[in-house]
Amino acid sequence: MEGIVVENLTKQFNSLTAVDNISLEIKEGEVFGLLGPNGAGKTTLISMLCTILKPSSGAAKINGYDIIKQPDKVRKSIGIVFQDPSLDDRLTGKENLEMHAMLYGLAKDTRKKRVDEVLELVELKDRQNDLVRTYSGGMRRRLEIARGLIHYPRILFLDEPTLGLDPQTREHIWNYIKELAKNEHITIVLTTHYMEEAELLCNRIAIIDYGKIISLGTPEELKKLIGGDHIILSVSDLEKANQVFPNAKEFDGRLALATKNAETEIKKVFDTASKNGIEILEVSIRKPTLNDVFLHLTGREIRDAKIDAKEAMKDHARRHGGM
Amino acid sequence: MSELIAVYTIWLREVKRYFRAKERLIGSIMQPIFWFLIFGIGLGSSIQFIDMNINYFSFISPGIVAMSLLFTSIFSGVSVIWDREFGFLKEILVAPVSRLSIVIGKALGGATTATAQGIIILIISILLGAKMSIQSILMMLPMMVVVSLGFVSLGLIIASLMDTMEGFQLIMNFLVQPMFFLSGALFPLTTLPEWLRMITYIDPMTYAVEALRYTVMGTSSFSITISLAFVFAFTVVMSVIASWAFSRRK
Repeated sequence: MEGIVVENLTKQFNSLTAVDNISLEIKEGEVFGLLGPNGAGKTTLISMLCTILKPSSGAAKINGYDIIKQPDKVRKSIGIVFQDPSLDDRLTGKENLEMHAMLYGLAKDTRKKRVDEVLELVELKDRQNDLVRTYSGGMRRRLEIARGLIHYPRILFLDEPTLGLDPQTREHIWNYIKELAKNEHITIVLTTHYMEEAELLCNRIAIIDYGKIISLGTPEELKKLIGGDHIILSVSDLEKANQVFPNAKEFDGRLALATKNAETEIKKVFDTASKNGIEILEVSIRKPTLNDVFLHLTGREIRDAKIDAKEAMKDHARRHGGM
Repeated sequence: MSELIAVYTIWLREVKRYFRAKERLIGSIMQPIFWFLIFGIGLGSSIQFIDMNINYFSFISPGIVAMSLLFTSIFSGVSVIWDREFGFLKEILVAPVSRLSIVIGKALGGATTATAQGIIILIISILLGAKMSIQSILMMLPMMVVVSLGFVSLGLIIASLMDTMEGFQLIMNFLVQPMFFLSGALFPLTTLPEWLRMITYIDPMTYAVEALRYTVMGTSSFSITISLAFVFAFTVVMSVIASWAFSRRK
């Protein structure tokens, strides 16, 4: 069953088209990633799906409910972790969760049980009665994830869940998300501009640039877009090796062999080399990353692509001629 | 039912936050005490009232209480801007509850804390020597709630027009303080020059002060019916506008 169906969704802010005619389907139970540089339109898309923003045109259904006609039902079906913090730091962690449970209409007895459950899930039980202002960035983010889960949502939106966190905490959060996907049977939609995050967590990824989906598929499928792996060799006799592997490219005194699957091919390479009396001194495998994919699709590194929406639009106009 | 729970939830948060912010609580109680000391004792001992059978201290007590209601209420209404800036407002706005419930919860929460503070100021003024009967105190309580509701709503309206807290000082200097000083909280209106008295008549705070003062003195610059009618009308109009302004904002 489809958890989310988006049809020709568009959002315009004056002359800027932040989300440009996007259509996509997200299956139930899937971890779906929206990947793109800042200002690409990820947050705008999510805001429309969460009924915070009204679309300029197009439609979408969340858990079978129309985002324009049935906003309250949509809101009950989803949990959201915003990009920016949205906790009341003058209240305790537990109070923040209780308040959320009340706003989402959980019955009193379920409320207490559920708050305990999610506190345990994110390992904040021992800090539940401390004011949120004493929490670290990672703890706050965990509390927000816990809060998003309280009302048993079918779909959880995570907008840049690890933005601004240190590497260790980030890995911690990744583990929670993986656990959730495995144990809670919940559909997760996350936006990110971290390649490794999308690659690690998502079943499928849509790459978004200038408000449009420029590519969609599993991480493997996307990586295949730019060809397969490379086996990099350092050899004793470069000239001879060049003759033996006619397709190899030479760089920095080494050889790069393009191949579909490096792991299965590597044995053949060794066999061929030893048969021809070439000694292999060093070998490494280079796998394409989503960053390479983004580079391939847009001609830009995703890290360099951190431009604000206005800049993006100007740049877009420049590249596509006139506006 | 769920909307009622939502109102209660928002209300509860306001109240918890108020009593938890100790520094603010102390500050907002110390300020009226300074007013009492400076005006009540300082000025009170050096001027003499015509036609007054009570002391100046008892005269300004309702005024100081009203001031405390005004400042606390406006502040609590305007605090929505902080909620917006610190992101918490988003959490409330995406919840499956109506905007109206959010406004009502916020207004009732603000009115509750303002009234609580008004009561504290009232007790302090009695301890400092203001004379008022139990009856007048009991009459004041419901008035304090209504007055606060009106001012919280005014604060909410201001909040819906402002994007950041930077304009807050402007609002304090050009709206809230003039409302206080022009209200007759510190001096009787009857002896004012005609043109100044006209200005005080358009100040909603004037009627709040007069209504509260009536309960203490049994008399006021104009009839209690007019004061009460004006206070009620102000509160109703402000809360309707606040609800509208809040539902309209994206």
